[in-house]
Amino acid sequence: MIDFPILSLLTFLPLVGVFFILIIRGDEDIVARNARRVALYMSGFVFLLSIYMLVQFDPASADFQFTETREWFAAFNINYRMGIDGISLFFVLLATFLTPICILASWKSIKTRVKEYMITFLILETFMIGTFCALDTVLFYVFFEGVLIPMFIIIGVWGGARKIYSAFKLFLYTLLGSVLMLVALLALYVQVGTTDISMLIENPVVRDVQMWLFLAFFASFAVKMPMWPVHTWLPDAHVEAPTAGSVILAGVLLKMGGYGFLRFSMPMFPEATEYFAPMIMWLSVIAIIYTSLVALVQEDMKKLIAYSSVAHMGFVTLGIFSATTQGVEGGIFQMLSHGIISAALFLCVGVVYDRLHTREISRYGGLVNNMPKYATVFMLLMLASVGLPGTSGFVGEFLTLMGAFQANTTIAVFATTGVVLGAAYMLVLYRRVVFGESKNKDAAAMKDLTKLEYSYLVPLVLIVLWLGIAPSYVMDRVSPSVEKLLGQYEAGLTVNDNIGQNIAQNINEGTINE
Amino acid sequence: MSEFNLSSLSVMMPEIFLAIAAMVLLVAGVLRGNQSTRFICNAAMVALVVALLIMLGCEPSGDIVLNGMFTHDPFTFFMKFLIIIGLIVTLALSVQSLYQDAIIKFEYPILVLFAGIGMLIMVSANDMMSLYVGLELQSLSLYVLASIRRTHLRSAESGMKYFILGAISSGMLLFGISLVYGFTGSTNFDVIASTLAGEVSLGGVIGFVFILAALAFKISAVPFHMWTPDVYEGAPTPVTAFFALVPKIAAMALIIRLLFIPFFAISEQWFQMVWFLSFASMAVGAFAGLRQHNIKRLLAYSSIGNIGYALIGIVAGNEMGLSAILVYLTLYMVMTAGVFGIVLCMRRDGAAVESISDLAGLSRNSPWLAYALALLMFSMSGIPPLAGFFGKFMVFQAAVHSGLYILAVVGVLTSVVAAYYYLRIIKTMFFDEPADKFEGNIEFGRKLVITLSVAFIVLFILNPSPLVEMAQSAVHSLF
Repeated sequence: MIDFPILSLLTFLPLVGVFFILIIRGDEDIVARNARRVALYMSGFVFLLSIYMLVQFDPASADFQFTETREWFAAFNINYRMGIDGISLFFVLLATFLTPICILASWKSIKTRVKEYMITFLILETFMIGTFCALDTVLFYVFFEGVLIPMFIIIGVWGGARKIYSAFKLFLYTLLGSVLMLVALLALYVQVGTTDISMLIENPVVRDVQMWLFLAFFASFAVKMPMWPVHTWLPDAHVEAPTAGSVILAGVLLKMGGYGFLRFSMPMFPEATEYFAPMIMWLSVIAIIYTSLVALVQEDMKKLIAYSSVAHMGFVTLGIFSATTQGVEGGIFQMLSHGIISAALFLCVGVVYDRLHTREISRYGGLVNNMPKYATVFMLLMLASVGLPGTSGFVGEFLTLMGAFQANTTIAVFATTGVVLGAAYMLVLYRRVVFGESKNKDAAAMKDLTKLEYSYLVPLVLIVLWLGIAPSYVMDRVSPSVEKLLGQYEAGLTVNDNIGQNIAQNINEGTINE
Repeated sequence: MSEFNLSSLSVMMPEIFLAIAAMVLLVAGVLRGNQSTRFICNAAMVALVVALLIMLGCEPSGDIVLNGMFTHDPFTFFMKFLIIIGLIVTLALSVQSLYQDAIIKFEYPILVLFAGIGMLIMVSANDMMSLYVGLELQSLSLYVLASIRRTHLRSAESGMKYFILGAISSGMLLFGISLVYGFTGSTNFDVIASTLAGEVSLGGVIGFVFILAALAFKISAVPFHMWTPDVYEGAPTPVTAFFALVPKIAAMALIIRLLFIPFFAISEQWFQMVWFLSFASMAVGAFAGLRQHNIKRLLAYSSIGNIGYALIGIVAGNEMGLSAILVYLTLYMVMTAGVFGIVLCMRRDGAAVESISDLAGLSRNSPWLAYALALLMFSMSGIPPLAGFFGKFMVFQAAVHSGLYILAVVGVLTSVVAAYYYLRIIKTMFFDEPADKFEGNIEFGRKLVITLSVAFIVLFILNPSPLVEMAQSAVHSLF
């Protein structure tokens, strides 16, 4: 075990980097160069530290590890509590892994306000890691919501043509969902008397209350996820965000929704989860089929991948709400795999975008002639996204579908068509961009991958393959916690809640004045 | 009738000291003329600091002195502390603008002091008479302040508007007080409380409605908010900053005391009224702010909305709610001080500019100012980890605790709507093409206020407890 507060270190070290960047003086070039370096070193160090954490993580245990408790908001009995279990472990790693990659990817492509850019990314990293480590609902909310500030700025300042519209849409959509969750968090606090997540899981509220709270949490996580029909902010945000912004958005931020379902909705509101699960599974199926069809007709590469993200996240919710071991584990694995694959795909789009400054599919073609290495990397990632066995995409989709089959065969059958559609739109994208005739001279003259681009694409490809060939390394660490989660869920369904009855009465009377 | 003794005066030492200081400064100003404005501003700040120290020195015992007229308990202590800090901040922010806008009048700091004394008396009032005297002293000073730039059409207009509407509300207040006096036989808060607790008379309730309406005017709660945007826009910006920072805190303290001491017996009646005030203020503050182009008007609507949130704490009707209000008002004051510090820096071609689009590209011209304002705006929209979030958190927590789910949900939804206009300011500063630079350097006092305000909202998360605990113990004395 580790005897220093590793989670706090992971979370707040990026802020130390922010401090260093702030004190850099000199002319613009020097500041930009040093800001890039500080950001890279700092996030790289955080990544190494998180690897150390992974090594020290006890795979057999289902409990929260590396826990820290410190007094924070004593007047409200809200404490600073951090800790991770098998469910959150790999999300933390995803965040620490993708941040240095994002910084590398922005090394050349971001030329204006580099200092501010690096600062925003480091702050974003703090919030992302904090979200997955927090074991207190208020602390979680602070991190979860705080993410919006850097994301708004990243899209708004360094985004494309319609950046303002997209930044506002992202901010207000997510905020609207989150504030409802805030009310639910407060209600939960009033009912149970604590904001400690593990205590809240042990003391579920009565069924009627669960229904309302579940819906409020659902509002937040469904927008974040995003689920159909509240997904419309995502394509806009993706299209306008700079490449690294899309990478973080698809790679980490969307996972916060799924993580929220696993950490809050399922264990805290088991009866409501059971009640709403069929509806959510149907929504997931609609998302899978509908957004796959929409993806088929996209002319913008980023938009296509954005819609495919919605479809892939549909598999995640499908798996999670099947409430079976395979389904939930598959959901988690699918999130990790999608985090890597979609991040890599956005980087691939970024590679050609940096050269030709357009994302329109029809402007490309025949890239295999002048960019063979790029074509190879892109193909691997495309096939992983389709779910080819041997890549990480297969494991996640297969497990979630297996879970869904156990819960509801009809739903699973419909969902499986999504796999076929997924192959269709990805193959079409690949064919139009990489094969065929080259349509313009500029595209035909583009150079192949540079060393810098290799440096961030190759690790992603290797991880995709490693996860696909040997998923057990991840699964071994995830399963104990998933078993525990499902145990809590089952127990919550059968619990006889006498204590809760009294609270329900108070609620119904709606008493005021003490 | 308790007999008068000198020691009872010690509770009101800060007020007495300030009154003497204000009069001495007035004489000094008359003798030395307008060129002494800066000196008088500084002297007034020193006087306020001394008053603060005197207040820190005397124990808030809860004694009621001067035949039941005046009280000083932990609650008044907390509110007076805020008010005096607000007054100091106002003066620190405005010195430079007085010179820039050529409103070099030594009356300005003195009127601010007199208004401050009025507010301190209001907060400590334990009788309708002292309440009215304090309130009028404050209001009269504010009417003059609003029109202090009397050669300027808009300033004169806003002063006039404020005066007429304010006079009506004062009339309503007096009428309400006389009704209450008629039906309960006293103007003393404690006597009114015990009389109403025995038997609720319809006349007393009607009188109370008049009083509440008059005070709702002072805090600009909807539907008594009409004057706010016009006065905010018309008054010179340093005066607007003053209006936004301090008087509402005093009026809010007064409302809290009235509702929870003399009129607590009729809480069933006022519950619905305050519920509506809160609901309407949140909604109007959020939606009407969407279409504003003038930053001062925008801040006026924002203040209306914020009063709505604060009122939720009263509707909650318990200690938790009131301590939430105190924390909310404190944080709101800190943020407003920072925001107005920056608005006061908006100057081009020797005049103040007030349109939101004038902020365009501020992040290029003066990045630190832009970051400060951006943080303040995120904080105002209640996004964690900034301090504004904790104010909203506590208010909604109190609402949910008391089962006020509708108010809580309306509150969070309107805060999303309001987030739009706060974000619009950030958008203008960061995403739009730069306009010309603002001219003039920023004086030390203003810089200090902005820095402290931003540091406070950013670092508040590290240890939110002390403020909350202070608010809790302050409120405890009311129950």
